[in-house]
Amino acid sequence: MNTGTDHIIKSYDSELARLTGEIVRMGELSVTQLEAAIDVLERRDERAAQRVVGNDEAIDQLEQEIGHDVVRLLALRAPMAGDLRNVYAALRIASDIERIGDYAANVAKRSIPLSMVAPVAPVHGLNHLARLAAEEVREVLAAYSDRDVERAYQVWKNDVVLDEAYTGYFRQLLTYMMEDPRNITPCTHLLFMAKNIERIGDHATNIAENIWFQVTGEPLDKQRSKRDLTSNPEITKLGE
Amino acid sequence: MTDSALATNPVPVAPAATVAPKITVRDLHFYYNGFHALKGINMDIPEKQVTAIIGPSGCGKSTLLRIFNRIYAIYPKLEAKGEILLDGDNILDPRYSMNRLRSKVGMVFQKPVPFPMTIFENVAYGIRHHEKLSRKDMEGRVEQALRNAALWDEVKDKLKQNALGLSGGQQQRLCIARAIALKPEVLLLDEPTSALDPIATGRIEQLVEELKSQFTIVIVTHNMQQAARVSDQTAFMYLGELIEYDRTEKIFTKPGKKQTEDYITGRFG
Repeated sequence: MNTGTDHIIKSYDSELARLTGEIVRMGELSVTQLEAAIDVLERRDERAAQRVVGNDEAIDQLEQEIGHDVVRLLALRAPMAGDLRNVYAALRIASDIERIGDYAANVAKRSIPLSMVAPVAPVHGLNHLARLAAEEVREVLAAYSDRDVERAYQVWKNDVVLDEAYTGYFRQLLTYMMEDPRNITPCTHLLFMAKNIERIGDHATNIAENIWFQVTGEPLDKQRSKRDLTSNPEITKLGE
Repeated sequence: MTDSALATNPVPVAPAATVAPKITVRDLHFYYNGFHALKGINMDIPEKQVTAIIGPSGCGKSTLLRIFNRIYAIYPKLEAKGEILLDGDNILDPRYSMNRLRSKVGMVFQKPVPFPMTIFENVAYGIRHHEKLSRKDMEGRVEQALRNAALWDEVKDKLKQNALGLSGGQQQRLCIARAIALKPEVLLLDEPTSALDPIATGRIEQLVEELKSQFTIVIVTHNMQQAARVSDQTAFMYLGELIEYDRTEKIFTKPGKKQTEDYITGRFG
């Protein structure tokens, strides 16, 4: 519960605000990384892809800083109630954002071998997935910044759209691979990249769950429909 | 709870409904010199558990504690209305014997106040007031009380020395030994560690944890971490009212009232 009242010790407020700021900055960096990864894929720019991979370090560094700040707050401020949930959620959210950064870097890394073979048509399909994932992360960051549980819940609920898009893309890639075995190598890379992007959506929903807990003190235990159906054997029967 | 009590104080009276209450407070009001210090308190204090009472200075928490053994009765112009049932009997009823109450309810104060006599006599003094024991029985009883207060090993070789020579933490444990020597059923602790260093505080907290299997303990503390560490349920009071009373874990992770949250998170203006 954010009671809207300042702490008697003002520096406590500024430390908590700093924590929120660090999370938002880390989240924005991860979205930028994802967008940059898709950009270098489309431009087939190997050097730029290397830079995106290298930039992941900045996100890791921020996660470490947040971890340090959380330990410091726990040790020196002994937070209680809403403050405790605030600090606990920050630590968990930082971990999710770090994973998002890793997935964005993975997408950039796989764009390098892709740029070395002939272009394949389904590359452009990945852009749609990435836009959906980036939008999800942006939304959940805004929800975090505003402690807006309703907005967080919408992100959590709407991840199904990304799951469905991923399943559709998976089927599309299977079709390309069956059409021409020369597509198998690039499409396999795209398959991994798509899975990475789908996982970014899952981390956005984790963040939404943490926002929910932070604000309400309750777990978000509603049922969420999962539409990533790629583990369903029926999907691979395509074309039989 | 009576309908009138519900009307005056809708705060849940018992967070742990499964444990039988040792003390039941019903619609308790307290006045001193015309000042309305407690306003319709209702709460059940479960048996053989630790109940913490927290709140800012002047909220009435020590007043409430002191009514549990009617210590206020020694001062004029103090008046308690309502009921405090100890095992079903109203201790506020003037017919309830003070001797009986004091043997059932022991109290330890903020500042350790040993009597200016030997360590042994400090513990034996109260027992003598209530019981006639042989020398051997008395020695056994004093040893048991000092052992229960986790002090025996430190004082067993100097029982004849003056208690005022003990350290602050030892003196406070001696006061606890003195209180539990009478085999009370309820132990009231009024900020028992506020004058002690962290090591002595840790010993008292460990002692509270051990003693709760034998006694119903009510502790008033300004130290919220201490309330969180030692108690099973916590009551938050403000301006003479019981604002919230719930399981300690709930109070310190997800309190139900904004006033409680503001207080425990250090936002109280």
